[in-house]
Parts: sequence; structure tokens; C-alpha cells
Amino acid sequence: MKFLLVEDNVELAKAISSRMRLDGHVVDNAYKLEDAIGFSETGEYDLILLDIMLPDGDGRSFLKRHRSGERDTPVIVLTARSQVSDRISMLDLGADDYVTKPFDHAELEARCRAVLRRKAGKRQSVIALGNVVFDPVAGTLTVAGVVIGLRNRELRLLEVLISTPGQIFSKQKLFDRLFSIDDDASENAIEVYIARLRKHLEGSDLKITTLRGLGYRLDHD
Amino acid sequence: MTETVHVSGSLRNRLMITLIGGAAMLAVLLFVVVRSYAAQVAQQGQDSILRASVISILDAAVLRNGRVEIDIPYAAFSMLSTTSDDRVFYAVHQDDVLVSGYDGLIDPATIQGTPARFSTRRYQGTPVRLATASRVLVGATARSRITVSMAQTQDAMAGTLNRISRNAASLGAGFFVLAVGLSFWATSSTIGQLQRLTTSVARRGPQDLSAFAKPVPVEMLPLVSSLNSLMGRLDHSLKQSEDFIAEAAHRVRTPLATVRSYAEATLHRVDRDENRAALRSMIRAIDESSRAAGQLLDHAMITFRADHLDRQDIDLVALVQDLVLRLTPVADMRDVELAIRGDASVPYSGDPILLQNAIRNVIDNALKYAPSESTVDICVTGGPPCRIGICDQGPGFPPDEIATLATRFKRGHNAEGIIGSGLGLTIAQDVALAHDGRLVLSNQTEGGACVTLSF
Repeated sequence: MKFLLVEDNVELAKAISSRMRLDGHVVDNAYKLEDAIGFSETGEYDLILLDIMLPDGDGRSFLKRHRSGERDTPVIVLTARSQVSDRISMLDLGADDYVTKPFDHAELEARCRAVLRRKAGKRQSVIALGNVVFDPVAGTLTVAGVVIGLRNRELRLLEVLISTPGQIFSKQKLFDRLFSIDDDASENAIEVYIARLRKHLEGSDLKITTLRGLGYRLDHD
Repeated sequence: MTETVHVSGSLRNRLMITLIGGAAMLAVLLFVVVRSYAAQVAQQGQDSILRASVISILDAAVLRNGRVEIDIPYAAFSMLSTTSDDRVFYAVHQDDVLVSGYDGLIDPATIQGTPARFSTRRYQGTPVRLATASRVLVGATARSRITVSMAQTQDAMAGTLNRISRNAASLGAGFFVLAVGLSFWATSSTIGQLQRLTTSVARRGPQDLSAFAKPVPVEMLPLVSSLNSLMGRLDHSLKQSEDFIAEAAHRVRTPLATVRSYAEATLHRVDRDENRAALRSMIRAIDESSRAAGQLLDHAMITFRADHLDRQDIDLVALVQDLVLRLTPVADMRDVELAIRGDASVPYSGDPILLQNAIRNVIDNALKYAPSESTVDICVTGGPPCRIGICDQGPGFPPDEIATLATRFKRGHNAEGIIGSGLGLTIAQDVALAHDGRLVLSNQTEGGACVTLSF
């Protein structure tokens, strides 16, 4: 996905974007309100992450301007303030959601997904491979015409594997994508989800191969 | 923040005492004046009759051969008849010698000439009114001074006076009652102005620090303008501290967010188990501290607001739905379902910000302890009391600690490894108490914790 990150703290912006690039996202950084307006009017983004306190103005004015224009790119606000009172004004101004700093990237991703699902229909993000159609936004997998609903973790696991078929993903990598830091699961829990995906993919052109000691790989016949 | 104010007297009482005391004094004065005027009039009446009687006797006196002869006219006594059978005494003296009548009624030496003189004295143990007049008769050979005295007891006059006194007393009492009524009315209409101001201060929400715009009487202007100026200063300093807290939070949370993002990114790059474990502990510590900071601020905010509930008419179901919508992405991450059941709409009058905070804390807890692929059941039912029950399928509360878990910073012994501050249930309980309700912790028989907020 392509993100516009509007954050004036250079260190934080670098940290967030480097973390997001690890998940395969493309991130443009805007450090000022002026840059943010320029980027958002010229580029096409799936999502905008917006800090509220900016050196040359308030993120809220960006929101207002953004909403009054033609663009409907969803905006998730990054706020350092305590939730309740700010939330109301934020959502009133047209933010789609917000996360409080410091945030869990898994949660941010989950929120992005939820926002995009609400706005679904605008963009085709469906992946078709052989006789399999995968719609990560709707959370559905279609195998030979049969639609299967995926649980969230199954969906995220498939999303990683299907992004680059043939690439080996270690157990650890997959674990980090599926479980947040405060989940106390063991890395072997991945095997449960791999087994489930295999079951869903029965009768399809795709299969998940275990490479002992290395990880897993999605293969396309 | 209920503070004791030293009370010194009461404006209402002071006004009432002054007005009623004044009215009482006026009523007594009225009684005294009316009574003494009546007594004076009655005395004048008696005096003029006595004078007429004395004069008529004097007129009837003639001097014959140096001796006085009086044919006392009948009318001289009949005119003195009263309903009270007053007694009448008379004495006629010729040159200081009693000729006829009662002895000792007067000492004629003290009496000189007409017109009549009046005095009040006791005679035969009774108070009498005495009229005396004298006249010099000139005969053929001699001249002689005749003195006539007429005294009458005062029973009839006392009766009349009593009657008049009773009327005067009723008049005074009536005046007093009327004045008391008027004082009540005047006092409450004066104090009413103050009370209206008080109500409009008390009715304000915690955030409303605007100036009073309603017209007030000129005497209250200094009070209201100093109140307005106080509000202005309070508003200013509140805004300043809000800005300060926001700025402080921003400054603390931004570097924390930087550290967390880098730590997460590094976690993805390292493979050695001990490094991964160290990074995970680091991230947990960051989460722990930012969560504690947030909860402490929330708790402070709740303690402040609990004293000044900003009650609004809300629908608890809509409020819960709103929260669930917001928390669903987090629940999804762990494949936990948030299910709402119960009534379709539960109207309630409460502080929405506090309730939202309380319910969010309880649902947050349930999400943390709920196992993957389970359901957190949220049941909202109307009241009174309205109930919001939040039940998970997690390990439940440790039974020996269930009574103390809502205490500040107290966490269950099975909470290890789960990020938390120990304030979530305290916040929820404080909010419930502020709404005259309560928070009940229980375990379901089939396993899992249940938190019920009722208010």
C-alpha cells in the first residue's frame, strides 16, 4: 500500500516509515503542512497518516481542507494527546480513525485495514492467482468459485505469503506479522494457522510448502 | 471538592428579623397610641358630663338670708347614669363648710372659682373622677362662696376603654400579620435574585466558564462582575494547564513512539532468540509506561469530572456500539469477536465522556484476557438500574482477589505477561460510583470473567 506520512518529528517519521517499509508498504514523508498539501494533491495514496501538531499549522486544518476537496483518501490521525476529548473533534473534522502515540504497528495496520474495508469498492485490491481469488479488504478467499471467509490471522498470513509467491518466510517473520507484542503465544502457534490455510487452499492451484528449519513458501502450480 | 464554607448568619434571617421586628414595634406603638387617644377621648366625655352636672347644681344655688339653698335638679344626677351602675358622690360647700353631700370628697380651700377643675383620686377605696367648680353668690346682706363637687367612679369608662383596647389590639395584630406576610414576600423576592444566580452557577457543566450574560439587579453587579472575572481567570489557567498537559504528553510520547517503531523494525531484522526477547521486553516496557501515563491522566480527569457530572441524555447502546466499532480492529487482530446483545436502545442521563472511558477500560481488559477466536459478550439492558455486562471466555478473576481488584494499582496474580496499569477497573468503578451505581466483578460458571456496571 502507498502511504503519505505527515509527521514533523524527523526521527519518528524515519522510524515509522522504516518499520512500514518492512511490511512492503511505500511511504512518502511530509514534515510540514505545506508539504502535506502538496503531496496529497499530486500523489495517489491509499491512506494518509496525519500528526496533529505541525510546525506550520494544525493538522486539523489539513483535515478540513482535505475533506472539502474532491479527494476521499482515508486519513488516520496520529495523536499524542489523551483520547477522549480530542477524538470527537477529530472524527467530526473527517478523520477516519486515530491511533495514540506510541502505537503498535500491528494495530495501525489493523486500523488501516478496517478503514479501507469501510471505503471498499473504490480500489481493486483483489489478487487473482490460478483458480484462487483473494480479496484482503473483504477478507475472502475464492477457490474454484467457492467463497471462503477467512479469520483475521489467516488473512494476514495469506496476505504475506501471497505478496511474493515463491519467497521463503521464516517462522519468526510470520509470527511478528500475526501476533502483537503483548500476545504471549509461542512461535509454534504459526503451524496452526499454516495448517488452516492449507485446508482452505485444498483443491486450488496454490500450496504452502514447509522448508524445515527455514520457513514456509507459497507455491503456484 | 466539596469544601466547607464558614457560615455567618443568614441574609434572609437578618432581613426577616429586621422587618418583623420593625413591624412588631410599629404594631405595639399603634396599640399604645390608639388606646391612649381613646382613653383621652373617654375622659373628656366623662369630664364634660361632670362639668355639666356641677354647673347645673351651681346654677340652682341661691342665697336666702345668708343661707344657701339648692334645689338640685334631677337631671344633674340622671345625666351621670351609666350602664355599669357607676356610683356618684357629691359635696356642696358654703365657704368651706360642707352643706350637703359626702364629707371628705374635697378640701374646698384648694378650689378657686369657675370654670370647673378636674382631678382623679381615690375615694372610699375606688378611683373616681372629680369635677369641682365654685361660684360666689351675692345676697342682700352677705356674699358667700358655693363650691360644688361631683365625683363618679370609672367602671363604665374602663369597660369602654377595654373594648377599645381589644379592638386596637386586633388592629395591631392584623397589621403585624400583614407586615410579616409582606416581609416574607419582600425577603424572598430579594433573596430570589441571589438564588437565581446560585442556580445558574450550579447548573453549569464542568467546561462552562463563560461569563454571566443575564441581567442582574444593580446591587449584585459587583458580585457578578467579580464572579465573571474569576471565571475568566479560571478559564485561562485551565486552558493553560490543558495546553501544558497536551504539550507534555506530546513531548513524552513522540520519542517513545520513535523508540517503539525502531525497536519493532529491529525485531523484524534480528534472528537470535535472546535479542528478540530483549527487544520484546523493551517494547513491552514502552507500552507499559505510555499506558500508565495515559491511564493516570484519564484517572485524574475522571476524579475531576466525577464531582461535576456533565449529565446528558444519551443512548447507552449507541455509546457501546460506537466503542465497539472503534475497538473492533484491535479485536480482529486476535480473532476475538465483540458481540452486543440486549435492548435495542437504552436511554440514560449520564456523563458520556466518563461512561465511554469506563466501558472502554472494561472492554480493553476483556480483549486482553480473552483467548484467540473467542467472543466477548457485551449485554446492555435498560433499567433502572441500567446494566452493562461485559463477559469474556478468558481465565476469569482469581477468586481470592476478586474483592480487591478494583483497588488502585491492584492487579490479579494471573495478569503477569499482560500489559496493564492496574487502573482500568478503578476508573470504571469510580465512574459507576459517580453515577450512583456500582461495579460488580464475577466469574461465570462456564469460565471467564464478567464485569457488570449498573447505574
